[in-house]
Amino acid sequence: MKTSNFKFLFYLRHICIVLFVLFTTNAAWAEQSEKPIRFGITPAIVHDQYALLADWREYLQKKLERPVEFVTRDNYRETIELLKHNKLDFAWLSAYPFVYSEKNHFVRLLATPLYQGRPYYRAYLIVPASDLQTKTLLQLKGKVFAYADPYSNTGYLVPRYQLRQEGEDSKHFFRKTFFTWGHQNIVMAVARGLADGGEVDSFVWETLALIRPNLTRQTRVIAKSPEYGFPPIAAQITVSQAEFSAMQRVLLEMANDTEGAKLLKRLNLDGFISGDPKLYNSVRKMMQALDDI
Amino acid sequence: MKFFDLSFRYKIPLWGSMLIIVTAIAVSASMIVDTYDELKEDLIIDSDTLARSLTSNLFPALLHDDTWRAFEIISTAIDSPYSDWPGQAQAEAILVVDNALNIVVSTHPKMAPISTDISELSPEYAALADQISQMGEHPSQAIELPGSNRFYYITPISRGNAHLGTLIIVYPQGVFMPRFFDIAWHGLSVGSFILAILLPLNWYWGRRMTLPLLLLASRMSKTSGKWPADLEPDLYTHRDELGQLFEAYHLMLEELKAKESLEKQMEQSERLAALGQLAAGIAHEVNNPLGGMLTAIDTLKRHGNVDPRTMKTIALLERGLTQIRDTVGALLVEAKLKSRNLLPQDIEDVQTLITPLANKKAIYITWHNSLDGDIPLPATLVRQILINLLLNAVQAATQQGEVLFDIHVMDGNLRVVVENNGKTLSPEQISHLFEPFSPLSRDGHGLGLWVTYQIVHQLGGHVEVEKESNDYMRFTVEIPMGGAL
Repeated sequence: MKTSNFKFLFYLRHICIVLFVLFTTNAAWAEQSEKPIRFGITPAIVHDQYALLADWREYLQKKLERPVEFVTRDNYRETIELLKHNKLDFAWLSAYPFVYSEKNHFVRLLATPLYQGRPYYRAYLIVPASDLQTKTLLQLKGKVFAYADPYSNTGYLVPRYQLRQEGEDSKHFFRKTFFTWGHQNIVMAVARGLADGGEVDSFVWETLALIRPNLTRQTRVIAKSPEYGFPPIAAQITVSQAEFSAMQRVLLEMANDTEGAKLLKRLNLDGFISGDPKLYNSVRKMMQALDDI
Repeated sequence: MKFFDLSFRYKIPLWGSMLIIVTAIAVSASMIVDTYDELKEDLIIDSDTLARSLTSNLFPALLHDDTWRAFEIISTAIDSPYSDWPGQAQAEAILVVDNALNIVVSTHPKMAPISTDISELSPEYAALADQISQMGEHPSQAIELPGSNRFYYITPISRGNAHLGTLIIVYPQGVFMPRFFDIAWHGLSVGSFILAILLPLNWYWGRRMTLPLLLLASRMSKTSGKWPADLEPDLYTHRDELGQLFEAYHLMLEELKAKESLEKQMEQSERLAALGQLAAGIAHEVNNPLGGMLTAIDTLKRHGNVDPRTMKTIALLERGLTQIRDTVGALLVEAKLKSRNLLPQDIEDVQTLITPLANKKAIYITWHNSLDGDIPLPATLVRQILINLLLNAVQAATQQGEVLFDIHVMDGNLRVVVENNGKTLSPEQISHLFEPFSPLSRDGHGLGLWVTYQIVHQLGGHVEVEKESNDYMRFTVEIPMGGAL
């Protein structure tokens, strides 16, 4: 009995040593080369195209020769918080969250996508397709209006700004407002008649018109806003210059290789440029006008 | 013709079929009603499950005024991928109202827009609103409004004392009808299948059951005239009431036949007795003058001087008168002769007498004599009976035929059985067999059996003639021993 107990302890010690060695070396190796890049995805794009996102992630991993992790959140606030606390390295933000985050000094502009050849997008005012009377935002007085997200540019900032320009108080203008946490949901809410109107990201609406025409057909675009800088990709402020450049180069060169071009086509984009923070000045202006943040 | 006058042949199968069909309909109807109730109960249980899960998710959404989240929650319940599942009752719409009965969110915003009072939607919803405001502390309630073609399930959205609103699940009336029809159809096809098996079985069984009864009835209706043929014994072999009826019928028929035969026998013996009396009377009346005439002839022969020619005439008269006397004497059977008792030796004597006659026709006689010691019966008369019967048998038997003789004592009776093969007699012939001057007698004067019958009767016994199945005639004589003579 005693001998067998002793033997067992002897083997157990050996197993422990082996496990310890394996564990520590593995961890050290992972620390050095395999620390994944964390990339935030927000409803600034049609973020439930999971197959497309998986392929794009694969592409980025291959090009960067590093693992890339996509961190998808349904609202901007959470992504902003993650960036603020350095839990993300990069994130695709809407214009307004970018301006907000940049103003608070925890991100810098990495790249701006090119949509229809230009780094701009608009806000579309949509109503149900069955509503043939409404022509302007003002006609929606006393109606139910769907906002996208408290940090959304086109889905929240723009309509309130437009009302203010018209001398209306957005707080009491509508009978009822609610957040849908995404532009696609606004389209759905308007299509189903839950909301009588909403303003959406033109890029999301046009992309949906391509991939889910049955949904967009139930809505009608009655007004288009001026252009704003396209939702950019931002880098966390602490990301090293090397990583920043590597990611920027991969994005800028996407349009130049076949696989990248295919992915861009599926993303309904034409490419990326390094961009200019000035592109978002109009957003900054609206933000200041509303004195929101 | 009324149903109750119908033949059992139709009535029993019809009754059976009617019972089967009525039973099948009753069982099916009760099952269908049960199924309807169960499905309705299922719907309420399903609604309750759905309502519980929805309200638990809706509570935080309503608490945070998250209209979109609430919309997603209720939409999922309507647009679920299980909506095509046949067993699932599909809700038509789901509404959430606040405590003021204004719509917070609905799956059909176009029909029920946000922030409208549900009473304004339609009179039906106004009635529903009344029900909801009267609901009080009820946890959940299934509501069917009169005149409505919908079914409502309402559940409060609350936790503890916090009451945020009410969930309304709307089902189209008869939401479970497809499933109900499915089950009912299944039940009906099983029922029809069972009927398809039971009805022919019932028909066959009913016919089979009534067939013996029908035969019995048709036979019994014929008993008034001639006797109907016996029923085949394997027609109905069971020992139930019908079997007993068959047996009773059989017994009745037997008894009727026996009675008839007894009546015939009595008629026959009465006739023979009357004949015997008549014969005896005539014999006495004839014998008296005959005796005188014979005595006169005798006297004339002895003392009269008659010429040979007259003598010849007298002799002729004498022979004639003697023949008359013999014949009358034969008719007048007198059993009151004093005689010694019968001995086994007497039987052997009879055998000795009859054997040469039998040999002439090469007839084989099987002889059984089981007498030992003397029998208290007059030997002369018994010998006469035996000789008569045996002569008759030998005469009736075919060439190289067979005669069977048996004599024994049984139950205080002397019993003689004589059988012979040859032509059998019809019942009609048998009934006249013992009459004098029988036309059946081919030689002799046809008095042998008459005499036998008279002797046996005077000895207190009786004679029976039977036709055996295999072309044999059997004569049985029974004489009580020590009977009053």
